[in-house]
Amino acid sequence: MRLVEPFKELANGLWTTLKMIAEKPVTIQYPEEKRQVSKRFRGRHELKRYDNGLEKCIGCALCAAACPADAIFVESSENTDEERYSPGDRYASTYEINMMRCIYCGFCEDACPTEAIVLGDNYELTFLNRHDAIYNKDMLIDPVPAGVLATPQVTEPGVFTRSVPEMKDPQD
Amino acid sequence: MDWALILEWVIKSFILVMVLLTGFAYLTWYERKVLSRMQVRFGPNRAGIFGLLQPIADAVKLIFKEELIPDQAEKILFIIAPIVTVVPAVVITATVPWGPSFQAFGRTINLYIANVDVGVLYVTAIASIAVYGIVLAGWSSNNKYAMLGGLRSTAQMVSYELALGLSFVAVILLAGSMNMIAIVEAQKNMWFAVLQPTGAVVFLIATLAELNRAPFDMPEAEQELTAGYHVEYSGMKFALFFMAEYTKMIAISAISATIFFGGYREFWFLKDTFLSVDKFALLGPVYMFLKIIVLLFGMIWVRATLPRIRYDRLMSFGWKAMLPLSLAVVLVSAVGIVLAQINQYLIYFIPLVSGFLGFVTIGLVDRSLRRKVYEAR
Repeated sequence: MRLVEPFKELANGLWTTLKMIAEKPVTIQYPEEKRQVSKRFRGRHELKRYDNGLEKCIGCALCAAACPADAIFVESSENTDEERYSPGDRYASTYEINMMRCIYCGFCEDACPTEAIVLGDNYELTFLNRHDAIYNKDMLIDPVPAGVLATPQVTEPGVFTRSVPEMKDPQD
Repeated sequence: MDWALILEWVIKSFILVMVLLTGFAYLTWYERKVLSRMQVRFGPNRAGIFGLLQPIADAVKLIFKEELIPDQAEKILFIIAPIVTVVPAVVITATVPWGPSFQAFGRTINLYIANVDVGVLYVTAIASIAVYGIVLAGWSSNNKYAMLGGLRSTAQMVSYELALGLSFVAVILLAGSMNMIAIVEAQKNMWFAVLQPTGAVVFLIATLAELNRAPFDMPEAEQELTAGYHVEYSGMKFALFFMAEYTKMIAISAISATIFFGGYREFWFLKDTFLSVDKFALLGPVYMFLKIIVLLFGMIWVRATLPRIRYDRLMSFGWKAMLPLSLAVVLVSAVGIVLAQINQYLIYFIPLVSGFLGFVTIGLVDRSLRRKVYEAR
């Protein structure tokens, strides 16, 4: 007959829970303390800019074509040297993403020829009505880097003729 | 009977009820905190420092919730059931002594509500009433889960009350009285938990079953019965059930402290020091409080550790292990008391023999649980 083992087993179980009291809680206190997301986390989209302040997005709407959820709507207009938003001929005059439709697959990121759209690390996407779920260009675009002019810029003619920049293969 | 005596009673009862009710609120906080720390979480920490205002927030939420009465429910019983459950939980502590008498305002003040000569009997009687509330709640809800929960709860309470009552009997034999104060004073030199360890363990297990607490929380098994007898209850009526459960936890802890762990008396090794309750009568409630906190911690700890046991095992454990063991405990206590009249050191016959019996019982239970039924076929 096992006389001591049942006590050992009981004591083992009780000790397991008791020693956890001394352990540091693993809870992340959310609003004050935010979770560190992984490097490849796909959160809210960001529209990137070049260092000189021009937008990378050229309004080609390839992202909208690649989007499986049909969440992206792009409308493009002509750039001129007096009123330049992005290099090349055209820029996105309207850029809207419906965050309720978006499935955060990252296909738009892959489709973009200029690396203008990138899925960032912002996961705090809440809205109180369906209308607020549509993020427009002003909400998505990165702030203008310090020391350069905001778009539209007045540029010298013949400088920004190439809409897709020279790029290397991605390293990571 | 002078008016001052009535006033004294009213004040004492009022204080006791208030302590029990705020104690209930903070017991929920205590339980959530301890459980969460055992699960490596923080627990409530948003309302007030350390979440201390959380019980108030919960109470406000429950008060403003809609109270639903199902259409097909037995309305009167449905409303009475929570009250029948909560009242015994509050009045059960009336006979528990919280400290010795002391002189104040030119009169002797006793730190108990009622000094009943059959105090232990009163406790068992009142504790059994609560089962009516649960059965009525289960039946009047007109819900099969509630019904099953109520039935399970009755069966469980009736089974475990036997072991509970018999472990009371062992204590009554040892103390030679049913009076709670006499029981406490009889533990001046040694706790009954030391003198009769098996009786204390049987009592603690039986109280867990009486309280419907884990691992014996079959009547409110969330996974199988959604919530058992109180599925249909909401708002303040649900809060009353909750209150009954937690107030009973405090009350039962107070009773176990009284009958097995020396009650309001200091720890036996502090006897005749300046920390004795004979020097400071008001240390009595402090010792009671400490003992209750420790016993409650034990209950929460067991809840955090052990999974719910199967219903047939619950019943067979109650009838085939707890009942014979508690009968043996009574017998051993009686024999030990007779032997102690021959030689006073023979009183240690009780802890040795009953401890041995406890070990054997656990061994037998373990063996029956490990037996492979299919091999016998």
